[in-house]
Amino acid sequence: MRVVEKRQLLSAEEISRTLQRLAHEIVEKSGGTQDLALIGVRRRGVPLSERLAKTVKDFSGVEIPVGTIDITLYRDDLSTVGPQPVVHSNEINFNVDDRDLVIVDDVLYTGRTIRAAMNGLFDLGRPKRIRLCVLIDRGHREMPIEATFIGNSVQTSDTEIVEVHLKEIDGDERVVLVDRVP
Amino acid sequence: MLQRLEHLLGIEDLTREQISFILDQAKPFQEFQRHPLKKLATLRGKTVALAFFENSTRTRISFATAAARLGADTMNLQAESSSLKKGESLLDTVRTLEAMRPDGIVIRHSSSGAPEFVADRLGVPIVNAGDGTHEHPTQALLDALTIRDRKGQLEGWNLTILGDVLHSRVARSNIHLLSKFGVRITLCGPAMWVPRELETLAPNVRRVTRIDEALDQADVIIALRVQTERLHEPALAAEEYILRYQLTPQRLRLARASALVLHPGPMIRGLEIDDAVADGPQSCVLEQVTNGLAIRMALLYHLVGGAAVEPPPAKVPDKAQ
Repeated sequence: MRVVEKRQLLSAEEISRTLQRLAHEIVEKSGGTQDLALIGVRRRGVPLSERLAKTVKDFSGVEIPVGTIDITLYRDDLSTVGPQPVVHSNEINFNVDDRDLVIVDDVLYTGRTIRAAMNGLFDLGRPKRIRLCVLIDRGHREMPIEATFIGNSVQTSDTEIVEVHLKEIDGDERVVLVDRVP
Repeated sequence: MLQRLEHLLGIEDLTREQISFILDQAKPFQEFQRHPLKKLATLRGKTVALAFFENSTRTRISFATAAARLGADTMNLQAESSSLKKGESLLDTVRTLEAMRPDGIVIRHSSSGAPEFVADRLGVPIVNAGDGTHEHPTQALLDALTIRDRKGQLEGWNLTILGDVLHSRVARSNIHLLSKFGVRITLCGPAMWVPRELETLAPNVRRVTRIDEALDQADVIIALRVQTERLHEPALAAEEYILRYQLTPQRLRLARASALVLHPGPMIRGLEIDDAVADGPQSCVLEQVTNGLAIRMALLYHLVGGAAVEPPPAKVPDKAQ
C-alpha cells in the first residue's frame, strides 16, 4: 500500500482566508460574542480554534474563551483497536454550563469524533447550544451530524484521505487530498 | 512502553520510562476527578475482579471506584466470605474467578509473590494490590505522582522513610521506584525494623538510627503505619516508639521548610504521626487518596481496555474419562 498525493485542496493563503471568513460567520450567526466559546478537538482542532479566536479578537476586540478536548476516552472503537491509545488532558478552564459552544475540528468525515467530543462536553456540564465548525467537510457520514460552519466541502472517495497540515503541528501549512493505492 | 505491559506485579522490574508513562497517563484522570459527571463508558462491558485475600478497605474502594468511573463492572471476592476459609487453594479460587471471564484481576494476598504466581497461570491481566511484604506498586505510583505534582519533578530529592520498613511493601515499592529517579533514600526506625539488608535493595539507600539525623535536609518524608501488634514489651513499647520516632511538628522543622509529608494510610494519630503534622500544610495525605484513583484509572484503562485477550485454548478432555 502506497500513499500518493492527488491534489492540493487549500494553500496556506487559502487556509488563512477561510479561517477569516469562518470567524466572521461564527460571530454573525451567534448574534455577537455573548456566551460564545470555542472547543478545539485534539490535535488539529486546537490550533484552528486558537486562530479563530485571535481573528475574532482582531476585528471585535473581544477575547472569546478557548478550550481543548481530548476524545480518546469517548471513542467507540477502543475494544477493537489493539493497544490502548494514549490519553491527554482536556483543557477547558471555564464553566460550560449555559455556554454557546462551537466545536472546532479540521476534517468532518464519519461524524464519530464529533459524537465523542459532545459526550465529553456533556460530562463537564450542560451547554446552552453546541455547533460545529470544520475546515473541510469530506462527506461519508456515519452519524446524523452536520457542521454549521464549513470552510470547504470536498467530494472524496472512501480510499482517499484529507491531510491537513498546520504549521503549529506539522511545520508546513496546506490541505492535500491523498489516495491509497495498492 | 506500558502498552506492552501485560500485568502490574511490582515496581522493581519496571523501567524509568514505563513509570513516567504511567504517571503521565494519570494526568488526564486527575483532571477527570474534578468533572461534575464522573462516569465514563470507556470500559463498558469489561469486568474487573477484585480478589482481596487480605483485608483492605481503602485500596479495594479505590480500585472499585476507579473501575466504576471507567464504566467497568466489578466482581468482589473477600477473604472472610471466600472459600479460602473452607480450604480451597489460591489457584483453584482464581481459576474459578477466571472461568467467569473477567478482563482483569486485582489481587491482594498475604503471601509475597502470589500475584506473580497467578499471572503465570492465567491468561488475564493481573494488578498487584499488595502482596505480603513484597510490593504495593500502585501505592508507590500514587506517591510518586503526589511528589512530582507538588515538587515539579522526582529527580534529586532526599527522601526519608520512617517506621517499620522491614514489614512494609509500601516502603519496598517506594524505594524501588524513587531510587530509579536518583532520589537519595534514608530509612529510619528501630534497628529491628531497619535491618542492614535493606541497604542492598536499591542504590542510594542508607540507614540512620536517630530521627533528627534522618530528617536533616529531607525533601519528602513518608511515615509508615506502625502495626500495634508488633509493638510490645520487651522489644519495643508503644511509648518508646512515640518518644523516639513519632513525626511531630518540632521534628518536622528539622527537615527542609518545603518538605512534604506522605502517609499510605490508615494513619494512627498519636502513634507514628502527630495530629498537627497529619493536618498541617505539608501533609499530602488526602491528595494521595485522590491521586490513587487517577493512577488506578490509568492502569485499568491500559491493562484491561483494548482488544479482548484470547482465552487460553480449552483443554481437550482425556478420552479415558
